[in-house]
Amino acid sequence: MRLLKALTGFTLGFGLLASTALAGDLVINSDQSDPAPKKAMEELIAGFEKANPDIKVKWNNFDHEGYKAAIRNFLTADPPDVAAWYAGNRMAPYVKAGLFADVTDVWKANGLDDSLKSAAASMTMDGKKWGVPYTYYQWGVYYNKDVYKKAGITAEPKTWDEFIANCEKIKAAGADCLTTGTKALWPGAGIFDYLDMRTNGYEFHMDLTAGKVPWTDPKVKAVFDQWAKVVPYMTANAAAIDWQDAAALLSQGKAANYVMGNFAVDTFKKGGLTNDTLGFMLFPEITKGLPRAEEAPTDTFHMTAGAKHKDEAKKFLAYVASADAQTAMNKTLGQLPVNNKAQVGDDPFIQAGFKELSSAYALAQFFDRDAPADMAKAGMEGFQHFMSNPADLPAILDSLEKTRQKVYK
Amino acid sequence: MAATPQAGFWKRNQRSLAPWLFLAPGLLVFMIYVIIPIFQSIWISFYDWDGLGPKTWAGLDNYRNLLDDDSFYMSLKNNLIWLVLYMLAVPAGLGVALFLNQTVAGIRLYKSLFFFPFVISQVVVGLIFSWFYAPGFGLLPHIFKILTGHEIAVLAEAKYATYGIIAAGLWPQIAYCMILYLTGLNNINPEQVEAARMDNAKGIYMLWHIIIPQLRPATFIAVVVTVIGALRSFDLISIMTVGGPFGSSRVLSYFMYEQALSEYGTAMGYGAAIAVVLFAIMLVFITLFIVRMLSQERTA
Amino acid sequence: MFPTPIAKASPWVQTSYKIMLPVALFIWLLPLIGIAITSIRPASDLAAGNYFGMPSSFAGVENYSSVFKNSNIGWYIINSFRVTIPTVIGAVGLSCLTGFALAVYRFRGNLVVFFLFVAGNFVPFQILAIPVRDLTTQLGLYNTTTGLVLFHIAFQTGFCTLFMRNFIKALPFALIESARVEGVSEWKIFSRIVLPLMRPAIAALAVLIFTFIWNDYFWATVMAQSVDVRPVTAGMNELKGQYKVAWELISAAAIVAALPPVAMFFLMQKHFIAGLTLGATKG
Repeated sequence: MRLLKALTGFTLGFGLLASTALAGDLVINSDQSDPAPKKAMEELIAGFEKANPDIKVKWNNFDHEGYKAAIRNFLTADPPDVAAWYAGNRMAPYVKAGLFADVTDVWKANGLDDSLKSAAASMTMDGKKWGVPYTYYQWGVYYNKDVYKKAGITAEPKTWDEFIANCEKIKAAGADCLTTGTKALWPGAGIFDYLDMRTNGYEFHMDLTAGKVPWTDPKVKAVFDQWAKVVPYMTANAAAIDWQDAAALLSQGKAANYVMGNFAVDTFKKGGLTNDTLGFMLFPEITKGLPRAEEAPTDTFHMTAGAKHKDEAKKFLAYVASADAQTAMNKTLGQLPVNNKAQVGDDPFIQAGFKELSSAYALAQFFDRDAPADMAKAGMEGFQHFMSNPADLPAILDSLEKTRQKVYK
Repeated sequence: MAATPQAGFWKRNQRSLAPWLFLAPGLLVFMIYVIIPIFQSIWISFYDWDGLGPKTWAGLDNYRNLLDDDSFYMSLKNNLIWLVLYMLAVPAGLGVALFLNQTVAGIRLYKSLFFFPFVISQVVVGLIFSWFYAPGFGLLPHIFKILTGHEIAVLAEAKYATYGIIAAGLWPQIAYCMILYLTGLNNINPEQVEAARMDNAKGIYMLWHIIIPQLRPATFIAVVVTVIGALRSFDLISIMTVGGPFGSSRVLSYFMYEQALSEYGTAMGYGAAIAVVLFAIMLVFITLFIVRMLSQERTA
Repeated sequence: MFPTPIAKASPWVQTSYKIMLPVALFIWLLPLIGIAITSIRPASDLAAGNYFGMPSSFAGVENYSSVFKNSNIGWYIINSFRVTIPTVIGAVGLSCLTGFALAVYRFRGNLVVFFLFVAGNFVPFQILAIPVRDLTTQLGLYNTTTGLVLFHIAFQTGFCTLFMRNFIKALPFALIESARVEGVSEWKIFSRIVLPLMRPAIAALAVLIFTFIWNDYFWATVMAQSVDVRPVTAGMNELKGQYKVAWELISAAAIVAALPPVAMFFLMQKHFIAGLTLGATKG
């Protein structure tokens, strides 16, 4: 029995080990599990600790996907001081549940209403600010210039009709006109968002994601009619592959176009494309004269309502919001700083994104951030279904409408 | 030395108290983490709850919504397909066991190697088969191309995905059933077999009338673990298709995870209701198992 | 013996059996062999479309060391051990006690308690998930090794109790009777007489539980999210996201993740199979 006792002690020892690891001055939970974001975050923390030698940071890094489920649990039970999250509707449940803290004073004290102006609206609810944005990135159409050349296309298509007309040439050249990989569902939503914003405009898209328009509305059907034009030219197995698999198809010249976020440039280049062979263009126009809205998801930091080190947390938010910190961090991330006094990196794709977004009429966050989680999930599944089998559209829209009535009651 | 009154009480009641003291720690954690949560889940299934705010009483709404949800029927149907096809592991396991039940040189190593897919985690099995099925570079599409001239991307097609996953699941499950039958064959009464041989019993006749009846305990366990395995299927689906394409390969266990536990899962009450349905299905089999064990206990 | 021993068959049958064995094994393990070969392929092979032929060179060292260097798999493996080992100790320890209680004593409710353990062992995880996650969160143990370990111990106690109780039941009861006559205390009967006889059962269960817990994926996904807690099964899913098309690295990682239970199986084969096939011969 002595053995068993020793063993119980052993088990408890593990427990203690786990809990002491949680102690620290400022606890930050975030989801930078991919290499570049991880590095950017490490640099950010190092910079912050240097500027505030009396504060030590304990950083819990989570898996990117797992984090979205984890945050619900740690916010209610064991809140860190600072948590990473997303702007817009996606933060609404936590603001409403009183889990994020009001940080309007941080904005006032640091002049953020001016320097973070472009994102101020997406951080405001009930007239208060609930966090600090630190990065955003553009979406658009990335394309393989070699495939365009091979297909004999000389100019970037400006309208959707031109785009579709090109598809026939690209098909003749032996490549998929448009690729995507929707195993994780979200890449398909990028296509839908753009088609909707180009067909019906930003306001309609916002109403749709806010549940104010039925999915059976003819205007929604019109979006899918545009989509149906490109489906025959899309990668056939899109539903079974991940976005990186599809990125490889673009890099290898087996596909010509990809509606993606700028974070994918790294993957395209690793697959063999260069600044000379990888192209970026705006999503083509569909309804003439509509003001051009773009997709630009914004990532944020929030102080939690249960934070134990409120002063330190506010110092951290102020630091993250500063021009210098955003310049440095976004250089590593390969993304755009939100602070308008920060410097934009000189990478051509970042520059192109800056141009695209600063001239846009309005910015959407992305389907799964603008719509509530359960609607987003059902919608993205519907998009995947539609791409595999466009004939099922009436059933898909009916089912989405049913979900809408359940979700937004 | 005189015994204190307390010691006296202990001495007198030791035999009746001892079992409960031995049981206490194990039973306590088991109640807290297994038995009570079952009832809590049933309770939650009557509420509308997003996991953050307050719960609101919903009565049978969650169950009513289930009956109106195509995803639920899809999951249920796939669970049924899993149950039926997974059962193939039992005869297949018997077949492999019969094939390997010989005494030639190196047979023990063969048995181990045949068995060892079962030891590998389902996550790895899922990865292995994802590669095996992968369009473009997987072995199976390659073989298909040689045989028929065109590729099939099993996991990309709504009509094949579930079958592809079940095939992957059968691989370790057959190994499990095989090892059960090998042990069973090892313990067959040789006299009965010899006696039957004297009577000229052979081959299939012998297998059906003499061997299989003797293998009944092995068959029973093989069926139980296969049913449980089929209804618990989760890992492979999560790794190979994440329930897709468009939800065509989800089963109740994965559906519940999506609704209540995953990235987009905020419907605790709804998720709990799905879990209750799955539990009810499982309960049928649990009851059968317990009834059989009980009759064994009575005769033992 | 059934089927008829091959030694009694014609030499032709014997030879063809001996040829069929390795062929059947090769087909049986084909997916695994494919992954193993892929894990030692240089990335250039995959890029060039050499998926099935001989690897153009041996890149095993590079691939495996790259997996350890560029990913968190080292951490994940450590995490898996930190979850698995305490669980094995806890579940086997607790079930020695419960199994003893249920096998040796006749008391009211004995069978009820026993069947509670047996039934609980079969319930779907999903019906436990929400309350267990909430409980763990309330205890402040969400996303900790301890939180996972406590649940695993509790759940595995069900299976272990079934196993231990049946094992002890098969021991000669006369030993216990005679000890009681001599006035040995109940605790000493357990610790001095029964426990030493349970060694094979403890070994068998330890190997089995090690494999079950190592391979657990559902609870690892639901209850552990950060790099310093995630077991390797949940970590593999993340690695798959990180490597994507680099199948030579995914394969190497998969093999690394599968190794500990495989090693355990080959080292402790007898116990492992004894544990798994409990009940397959009698009843």
